[in-house]
Amino acid sequence: MIYNMEYETLPREALEAIQLRRLQTTLDRVYATVPFYRKRFEEAGLRPVDIKSLEDLSRIPFTTKQDLRDNYPFGMFAVPMDNVVRIHASSGTTGQPTVVGYTSRDIGTWAELMARSLVAGGGTSGDIIHNAYGYGLFTGGLGVHYGAERLGASVIPVSGGNTKRQVMIMKDFGPTILTATPSYTLHLAEVAQDLGIDFADLNFKFGIFGAEPWSEKMRAEIERKCGLSAIDIYGLSEVIGPGVAIECHEAKKGLHIFEDHFIAEIINPDTGEVLPYGEMGELVFTSITKEAFPVIRYRTRDITRLQPEACVCGRTFVRMEKVSGRSDDMLIIRGVNVFPSQIESVLMEIDGVEPHYQLVVDRVGNLDVLTVMVEVGEEAFSDEVKKLQTLERTITKNIKDYFGVSAKVKLAEPKSIARSEGKAVRVIDNRKL
Amino acid sequence: MRVEQISIFLENKSGRLAEVTGILADAEVNIRALSLADTSDFGVLRLIVNDITKAKAALKEKGFTVGKTEVLAVEVPDRPGGLHHILSLLQGSGINVEYMYAFVQQSGNNAVMIFRFEDIDRAVELLAENGITVINGSKVYTL
Repeated sequence: MIYNMEYETLPREALEAIQLRRLQTTLDRVYATVPFYRKRFEEAGLRPVDIKSLEDLSRIPFTTKQDLRDNYPFGMFAVPMDNVVRIHASSGTTGQPTVVGYTSRDIGTWAELMARSLVAGGGTSGDIIHNAYGYGLFTGGLGVHYGAERLGASVIPVSGGNTKRQVMIMKDFGPTILTATPSYTLHLAEVAQDLGIDFADLNFKFGIFGAEPWSEKMRAEIERKCGLSAIDIYGLSEVIGPGVAIECHEAKKGLHIFEDHFIAEIINPDTGEVLPYGEMGELVFTSITKEAFPVIRYRTRDITRLQPEACVCGRTFVRMEKVSGRSDDMLIIRGVNVFPSQIESVLMEIDGVEPHYQLVVDRVGNLDVLTVMVEVGEEAFSDEVKKLQTLERTITKNIKDYFGVSAKVKLAEPKSIARSEGKAVRVIDNRKL
Repeated sequence: MRVEQISIFLENKSGRLAEVTGILADAEVNIRALSLADTSDFGVLRLIVNDITKAKAALKEKGFTVGKTEVLAVEVPDRPGGLHHILSLLQGSGINVEYMYAFVQQSGNNAVMIFRFEDIDRAVELLAENGITVINGSKVYTL
């Protein structure tokens, strides 16, 4: 099913015509109302009228997270506060939080995109949605919530935390769609198991998981442990929140970007050069319908590629490949680029290894030392020390084979790696550089 | 014939062992025998207890990884060469001992050793053929 048949299946030419018109309107507005963008345009010797085609977009300078921080809190807003009806903010775990605003129409756009996303996953107005994304400054909870209401589904605004009670609700209310971060989903499954409840016996048809990069192996693990189809969603608060791109349940291969609202580009993160379809690089977004907080060529730090091929579901939007990592999550260990999601893939290929892991990086002398903490669950545990040591060696060897980097593997007790109720903390970098 | 042993994964952190004994004490589980194998990072604690179901449930509830293995409790004559005789028999038949440890209590005049075999069925057969007493699980838990 497709929620908005007209827009989601637009022929490419018609879509591009809409994109250009909306882009030009957005540029006119930010030039007039956001001093930051006007200054950037002037420095580049550009005026909005110079942007005559979609290709001209590449002449406009990028916007980075630092730019948003420099304009903390409301400097990037393009409407008076009087028209702003909602404010969200990033967690600020990696620095000053970034603050985003929405007009009433923005909230409506977002609800529409989340409704489209739920339908793309296989949802209908008859579904009951267990929404375990956090409600609050984080966009996950309220984003899904408004989309679910727009669709007419029943939403349980359970938010994150109080996991035992969540399991009880899942059992008693019989929700059919689960929305949560992938790491919290595994935690839910674990707690359910401890309470003697098998996820597979619950009513779930599918889950929509996002807000952190997760691997295909993690998908297989979630589908196996939870007995549901796992759909990937992409979004970030700077662009709008969840619902920027969604996988369709028909293909589950790449996420359709809602291109009638956002223009996506892939660039070489080092040179800024725009890369053609199919090439791996950093994802850049320009919002073309947002009022309160438009972003122009915003660098997401997410690494992926775009696939223009037609999809079996009928949507004509370009697809982005599952994000393989964020360039700011990327660890450089002795000169080698390591994404946590790649380590995750290596771990999940080994029988019995739990998807609970953490990477700790230290600098000893002048050398980076990577320690991979892996929890030992019942499947991997043995009463014989040599079997556990073999497991350690297998993980070390597989990481070495994959990255060419030696890692120290440390087996950890179950649940000793902190569970997160939002985004998982995969990396602890103790290097003082 | 067989004895059920539980094993517990422990990180090498101070106080972990005491935590396990504390949980078992609270659950009123009596430890009959134990052995601890360790590396620099982690250890595996193996226990024979009087109530395996209770012990396992209590430990799992506290988040420990608990395994269950079948081992044999073998009577070993308490005199020079007693253990050697049994090990020679096993070696002669190519039966591997993964690990073994001693039981505190005696069974009559004999010492009791816990054996973990690679192939427990063959070990049972061989010991029986040679008249060596293997103590029943139910008896071991209350010895």
